[in-house]
Amino acid sequence: MRYYNVELLDSLPFPPFGYEERNGRLHLSVPDDLLRPLVSHLVRKEEGELSSLYHVPGENKVMALVLVPRHGIVVLESVLEGEGYPSLTPEVPAANWYEREMMEMSGVVPLDHPDPRPLHLHEWPRRAHPLSPSFDKAAKVPFTGEPHHYRKVEGEGILEVPVGPVHAGVIEPGHFRFSTAGEPILNLEVRLGYVHRGVERSLEGCPLNRALRLVERISGDNGVAHALAFCQAVEMANPVPERAQLLRCIYAEMERIYDHLGDIGGMATDVAFAVPAAEASALRERMLRLNARLTGHRLLWGAVAIGGAARDLDQEQRDLLEGAMVELGLAFEPLVDSLKGAPSFLDRVETTGVLSLPMAKDLRATGPVARASGWDRDTRRDFAYGAYGRLGFLVPVRREGDVLARLTVKVEEVRESISMVKQCLDHLREGELRSEVPAPEGFGLGLVEAPRGELAHCAHFKEGKIVRYKVRDPSFCNWPTMERAVLGNIVPDFPLINKSYNLSYAGNDL
Amino acid sequence: MLDIFERRVRDKRVVTEQLTLLQQAGRTRAPMADHHCDLCGECVAACPASAISIEGDWSVDTGKCLFCGDCVPVCPRDAISFSAEVPAVSQRSSLVLRRNVPLPELKFQLREEARKVLGRSLNIREVDAGSCNGCEVEVNSLSNPIYDLERFGIKFVASPRHADMLLVTGPVTRNMLPALLKTYRATPEPRLVAAMGACAISGGPFGGTYATGSGVAEALPVDIFIPGCPPHQRTVVLALLEALGRL
Repeated sequence: MRYYNVELLDSLPFPPFGYEERNGRLHLSVPDDLLRPLVSHLVRKEEGELSSLYHVPGENKVMALVLVPRHGIVVLESVLEGEGYPSLTPEVPAANWYEREMMEMSGVVPLDHPDPRPLHLHEWPRRAHPLSPSFDKAAKVPFTGEPHHYRKVEGEGILEVPVGPVHAGVIEPGHFRFSTAGEPILNLEVRLGYVHRGVERSLEGCPLNRALRLVERISGDNGVAHALAFCQAVEMANPVPERAQLLRCIYAEMERIYDHLGDIGGMATDVAFAVPAAEASALRERMLRLNARLTGHRLLWGAVAIGGAARDLDQEQRDLLEGAMVELGLAFEPLVDSLKGAPSFLDRVETTGVLSLPMAKDLRATGPVARASGWDRDTRRDFAYGAYGRLGFLVPVRREGDVLARLTVKVEEVRESISMVKQCLDHLREGELRSEVPAPEGFGLGLVEAPRGELAHCAHFKEGKIVRYKVRDPSFCNWPTMERAVLGNIVPDFPLINKSYNLSYAGNDL
Repeated sequence: MLDIFERRVRDKRVVTEQLTLLQQAGRTRAPMADHHCDLCGECVAACPASAISIEGDWSVDTGKCLFCGDCVPVCPRDAISFSAEVPAVSQRSSLVLRRNVPLPELKFQLREEARKVLGRSLNIREVDAGSCNGCEVEVNSLSNPIYDLERFGIKFVASPRHADMLLVTGPVTRNMLPALLKTYRATPEPRLVAAMGACAISGGPFGGTYATGSGVAEALPVDIFIPGCPPHQRTVVLALLEALGRL
């Protein structure tokens, strides 16, 4: 399959050092001082999206993954001559967090970076870089005692409100620092990293079967998406049996359904609208139990395997699933009606937490967040993988960018997912469940539309072993956009906005 | 909204379930080898969590087990099945299930004082100390209308100041350790600590790196260990009720 277009090469402002086509991707190698203009060109002129940006310490090179829906997947690699290279952030704001991460994790210096503060490592010594080969993986690093510097808002009547990392509800840990004047939020800084577990370093040298179990647990409620991305990266475009592709698709959509049901119920909870909240959580519980009956695990972990699927569905299970999807479809509509028919609910969600389209594009939002702001992108359609090319589905897009738009997108995605599961069941034929996959070598890419958005796994293998593994969870892209969406809203609306995003802390922190 | 009420009344549906009778489905039970096992060691090699041991006899450490099921298909004699009751206990060593060895009679040795003070109610503050959010999904499910934890007098509270027990998930990351200790100090005595899930008990797949510890017991005295990845609702509720002396 040929994803990229020769036109893309012609459109570049200058010829790259070298290019080659690998598994349908366009690999460009560029000198480090040309990385910024090239990525900037792809993002600004070709409507590309910066999907990942990371450093490979073993070869001292910076890798940038850019998705250009019109042309294809572009992988840029740039071997650094020293420790630094011109930062991308001044021209591509979406690169901000990636470069801050690179600075602390592997000690690369993006020159002229506007905000070179640490990102995820708290009170961490400046000279220790967890991804550098000389760093001991199990080292116990004491706190330096140097406090984190938050962006300051100063003036008469400005109040700083610190929230977290231990929150009032049962959610993951993160710290939010609000600056308010009266009730409206003037500034929000999200400080994460509390769930940083050293996943990328743990994956280096990890046997593949062990790595799969670890990857499933990067962000638990997106376990299938992460496992799928990992398998894609290991499989390196080797064929997977058709039956397995359809099963993977079923599991991925089941995951999306239970995740979105939780979000929809959560939004009702956060405005104290108890009846639909209870209804949604009961529906979600039904789906979790269905998951357990189909795959043996309520969160569908262990359903995907390298080279195929680990769990098959027999005739009885398929009938069960089909019946459950019909029932869900029937029970889901009254729930949606009760939310959308309640003026007091609409009053809370309309025009709350608006993310504008230019902001979404600049900071590169992804998934339901981007689609609710009018950005029509979906990996399942734009870079179809697995069985998605054979399925008919719509990508819901709203333009308002508020909480209601995100709710609507998720509601419509549940409907589409129900339809996709049914289509997969119709297509399902007897066949192999797994195929043998040769030991991976070189660069492997996993690109999956997780429930929260586009998920990218970039893996570097050497003799079948992982030498560098970069995980970029969709939440990593969406967190900075939430800092913008809350501006001007009142603090009591923050939990609602946060829930409409429903971002993963664990996936972001790694 | 009214139509939902209407349907409820019409259906006369009782949503909540009696948890003690709830059957565990799938891999929510613990793996156990039966008499066919000849200690060949295939499962030890396949276990991604190094939870299985064949020294002496077949045993599995449910504090490490990820309940992934990788041990089942590799067994040449089909001896392993997810059939054992998951133990929730107050001693780490009792989490190791041995073949043909029954669970200890006395599972919980809670301080009498705590039992006297808490009586029939328990207020829980959940602390995520580095979990993947799988445990949070299941803790949140405990409050849904089907499990309805509050009918047992157990509820989740917003502040450690109101809590009798900290329910800790995750391997305790370096970055969460100070917050966890502060939360513990903010909880009035007598206070209990429960470690929920493989990460909180043994560090799980994430333990022992530069960024993580190897479980809650390293940082705090743990009263209740609740194994699972993530633990099933039934395991959690039974552990809590039993620890309070209410079963």
